Amino acid sequence: MKDIMGIINLSESEEAVKELTYNRPIATIPIAGRYRVIDFTLSNMVNGGIHNVSIFTRGKSRSLMDHLGTGKDWDLDRTIDGLFVLNPVINFHDITFYRGDIENFKNHIDYIEYSKQNYVLLTRSYMICNVNYSEAFKYHKKSEADITIIYKEMKNNCTKFLNFDTLNLDERGKVLSIGRNTGKSKSYNMSMEMYIMKKQLFLSIIQDSISTGDSEYLKQSIFKSIKNLNVNAYPFNGYVSCINSIENYYKTNMELLDIDISDELFHKRGVIYTKTKNEPPTKYADSSNIINSIVANGCIIEGNVENSIIGRGVKIGKGAVIKDSIIMRKSTVEKCVYLNNVILDKYVYITKGKVLSGDKKNPFVIKKNMTL
Amino acid sequence: MRNQNKEIVAMLLAGGQGSRLKKLTTRLAKPAVPFGGKYRIIDFTLSNCSNSDIDTVGVLTQYQPQELNSHIGIGSPWDLDRKDGGVTILQPYVGPKGGRWYKGTANAIYENMDFIDKYKAKYVLILSGDHIYKMDYSLLLEYHKEKSAKATIAVIEVPFEETNRFGIMNINENKRVYEFEEKPKNAKSNLASMGVYIFNWDVLKQYLIEDEKDKTSENDFGKNIIPKMVDRGLDIYAYLFDGYWKDVGTVESLWEANMDLLKKDNRLNLYDHNWKIYSEAPNSPPHYISDTGSVKSSLLNEGCIVNGEVKNSVLFPGVYVGKNAKIIDSVVMPNVRIEDYAVVKRAIVMSEVVVKEGYKIINENLNEIVVVNE
Repeated sequence: MKDIMGIINLSESEEAVKELTYNRPIATIPIAGRYRVIDFTLSNMVNGGIHNVSIFTRGKSRSLMDHLGTGKDWDLDRTIDGLFVLNPVINFHDITFYRGDIENFKNHIDYIEYSKQNYVLLTRSYMICNVNYSEAFKYHKKSEADITIIYKEMKNNCTKFLNFDTLNLDERGKVLSIGRNTGKSKSYNMSMEMYIMKKQLFLSIIQDSISTGDSEYLKQSIFKSIKNLNVNAYPFNGYVSCINSIENYYKTNMELLDIDISDELFHKRGVIYTKTKNEPPTKYADSSNIINSIVANGCIIEGNVENSIIGRGVKIGKGAVIKDSIIMRKSTVEKCVYLNNVILDKYVYITKGKVLSGDKKNPFVIKKNMTL
Repeated sequence: MRNQNKEIVAMLLAGGQGSRLKKLTTRLAKPAVPFGGKYRIIDFTLSNCSNSDIDTVGVLTQYQPQELNSHIGIGSPWDLDRKDGGVTILQPYVGPKGGRWYKGTANAIYENMDFIDKYKAKYVLILSGDHIYKMDYSLLLEYHKEKSAKATIAVIEVPFEETNRFGIMNINENKRVYEFEEKPKNAKSNLASMGVYIFNWDVLKQYLIEDEKDKTSENDFGKNIIPKMVDRGLDIYAYLFDGYWKDVGTVESLWEANMDLLKKDNRLNLYDHNWKIYSEAPNSPPHYISDTGSVKSSLLNEGCIVNGEVKNSVLFPGVYVGKNAKIIDSVVMPNVRIEDYAVVKRAIVMSEVVVKEGYKIINENLNEIVVVNE
């Protein structure tokens, strides 16, 4: 049994992913045809032997609850511990409006206190990667650091994760300070926003920021405490991406068409679990033409698909052309439609002959349930 | 308070070997044979139960049960993991008087009479896990009650030239069965028994006890129980089923049933959301078709990687198809690896098989399907 609990904090900025987060948090944006963004973090935790997992939400949790159910698909429907979804508490006697996430942790502090584990792994949901938390935890205990932050050394494409937290390390790998990626430097250490620490330390960081009242966000309070603590960094050397903007969402999906990347994400380092649906296999008609694409189950494909990601239960009519696009669950594309650099959210219906075209940097997003 | 009483209990006979499926069933029972790119044969019967609101199912297993048992598990894919009822695996057991194998279909039910009694069931639905079909058993039960029958037998029209393969029911204008003929040479009707029966439990129980005492009996529903009931003039009615129904008893019929799914006018609609066929879902990513891949007129499941050509075929999860490899008119079971330049034509490739680079399995015999197991 592992002496560590997992906490997934969903207070991620949705500003640049607005079109896909009207009714859902980033955590439940569909990705890679059959997954949701949070599946990666959840599965990493479970694969790392963590069986006490909590998700601190910011509301909008219908889609999250629907996806998670009892946690069964991640083997988190447990008698001992399991999955906890902790929503913000609305207190009508106390009308103070808190912007940050500290208040949510304060309201659910009992859960954290009562949990039996002595260590905490604190993460976000929007990092797409397959991390071995078990190794990271071992490293943390051995190093006797107060906090271990998991990071990825970025050498190329420094502009992809602009404004991300960067770790400035000394030669022994200790964290000197935390800054932001301006996109100007040749290489940087991107913080994957995964922190391992003793539960007691985590609780005191929360208590301190409440009593001093000087930070509303958990991240702020952690950063403030860093100068007084021994903070270590743990390098991750696999594939990582982050769903913090529409552009990155699109890019990440397209990167999965690289078989080496998807092999690493889905096979090599441990299985990624998701809510299983009972969809039949996908049916290809004689008229279908498909290359370099990922297709989930339950689809009926009669048209042409190229460099695209097709979700579950999608129908694509004869003569339709889908290029460099992402089509989510249960969307229908009728005959002779042309789509290029388009993202169709769930249950979108594109009628016969329509032509839609976006741009790689700025894909055309069609909202959920729209008919065009 | 909820009580355990159930109006109807289903007993699913799943212990058969299906010896005509040859190599396909050396390691697993016929109901566990993979079908349709995702399912196992038994999924159709189990899904019919849950779609028909039958929540108590006993599954009788005997021949090579391990894979079948682990597939069924606690029944959650079919929503049969219930507090009251749900799915129960009933295997032959040892009692104070020693252990016994199930001697026949009727004996299997006889040995588990306590199970049905426990639920105080009024009706028993006897099913077999060998057929591919979608059927609403609740309509059958309604019909059974309407007719005040003691037993109701589901029948389907088969071509007259095939009647010698089936148990044939001869009925009068009220659909009352007056004669039952097992595999007749010159059939009077073409109504074949589907192996789906509803009995009043009190009636069936008496017949089972009597049949058990008869040392000459083969303890079989088709050969002993039903003929005896008909002979004695019991109220037995036929229920005419109209829809897709296939006994996948041979390698050829199994292949054919898979190919039926690729037809445009196929009557077994797997995409009907009001009557889903449930199965254990593997956890693999969606399938991937590369730049060099091509897929026409086929079914593909999760986890497949296609770099070659797939035509008119059914691929189960996790199949790998190498560059310039060809799969034509074939059924490829889970986790098979077809390497570069290999060819598979008119064959059923069994799970986990590796077809080596450049190896060719080309079957031009139109009357036979090759089973590849190594």
